Amino acid sequence: MENLINIFVKSIFLENMVFAYFLGMCSYLAVSKKVSTAAGLGIAVIFVLGITLPVDYLLENYVLKEGALAWLSPSLASVDLSFLSFIMFIAVIASMVQLVEMVVEKFAPVLYNQLGIFLPLIAVNCAILGGSLFMQQKQFVNLGEASVYGIGSGVGWFLAIIGIAAIREKIEYSKIPAPLRGLGITFIVTGLMGLAFMGFMGIKL
Amino acid sequence: MSDKEPLFSKKNLKLLSDPLNSSNPITVQVLGICSALAVTAQLKPAIVMSISVIAVLALSNVIISLLRNTIPNRIRIIVQLVVIAALVILVDQVLKAFVYDVSKQLSVFVGLIITNCILMGRLEAFALGNRPWQSFLDGIGNGAGYSVILIIVAFFRELLGSGSLLGFRIIPESWYIANGGFYSNNGMMILPPMALITVGIIIWVQRYRNRNLIEN
Repeated sequence: MENLINIFVKSIFLENMVFAYFLGMCSYLAVSKKVSTAAGLGIAVIFVLGITLPVDYLLENYVLKEGALAWLSPSLASVDLSFLSFIMFIAVIASMVQLVEMVVEKFAPVLYNQLGIFLPLIAVNCAILGGSLFMQQKQFVNLGEASVYGIGSGVGWFLAIIGIAAIREKIEYSKIPAPLRGLGITFIVTGLMGLAFMGFMGIKL
Repeated sequence: MSDKEPLFSKKNLKLLSDPLNSSNPITVQVLGICSALAVTAQLKPAIVMSISVIAVLALSNVIISLLRNTIPNRIRIIVQLVVIAALVILVDQVLKAFVYDVSKQLSVFVGLIITNCILMGRLEAFALGNRPWQSFLDGIGNGAGYSVILIIVAFFRELLGSGSLLGFRIIPESWYIANGGFYSNNGMMILPPMALITVGIIIWVQRYRNRNLIEN
């Protein structure tokens, strides 16, 4: 349990998708003009990360990894399919996003309308594929750890986009040198937020 | 575009040169930032990453452009993803075979070329509606525009952060405080947030020189 909380806190603050690895920057910059839309996208990312990571974990450990196919027959124990992982992960992500979209449309139409076009866009959000690839690298020992890591990374991304959206709403009223307006200042503010997040460095539960 | 058009006509050269400055994929189109920043703490991985992206971008542009009349509109995104993913797997295997240490350093970011928005963006915006040769040039041009920013950022981060370039020492050892000198590396340049701030400053300089890019 302690281990799970540790992974959760670490993935939110220390290994924040945006500030430490710059993942999902494209949608982070494009959709952070208003807090309400940013919140919608953030929730969608938590959702999709929380679902795809466990699925990709199972795929990795029961199909792709070296010797992972041994449960089918002992003669397959030496098969290593890990070079296929990129294409498998992106296929899982694309189909999961499609599935989530259909489920949300059916059971939570209000949420569906709020998320709008963001759901399909998430398929090409680097944070999702990045989550799966980091999961592959970190070699979690069980499904629980992988899911917690997924949700934690999603929450970290959510916090980051909410923060920048709120700052950008305020920044409208500041005097900024003309060439720096818009994209430039957003980059610099993100950098400063990243420095602030580094203050959490060294936290261990 | 007629078939008689010379391979390097003015229009085609513009496809190559525009992305370097006035329609730079990173600073103007805001595409592909995700992977651009994480690999720039040193010059060498940045260069390897640039070459990989140029290769994948040019080849996928050509392939999609060749297939553009046969891909049904509804499933084009999946087709594009499959083409890109296949090319990225190739690049990843080549890197692992020939420059293993850099490939370890780039870790997940080679795989993340798949979701690099430059690829999807250029395929959607250009390759689906243009001939293979133009798409090839567009791919090379945009890849080069991406590389320019990557290399500038990595140049400053490695020079100021570690005092070296491509691993060769630039700041003399005797300047360092430890050796009785006056200089010490700015350790902050190696931290991830400084990549963002460096790109912010590049955007500032570029827009200062090219006033019509300024946002209201």
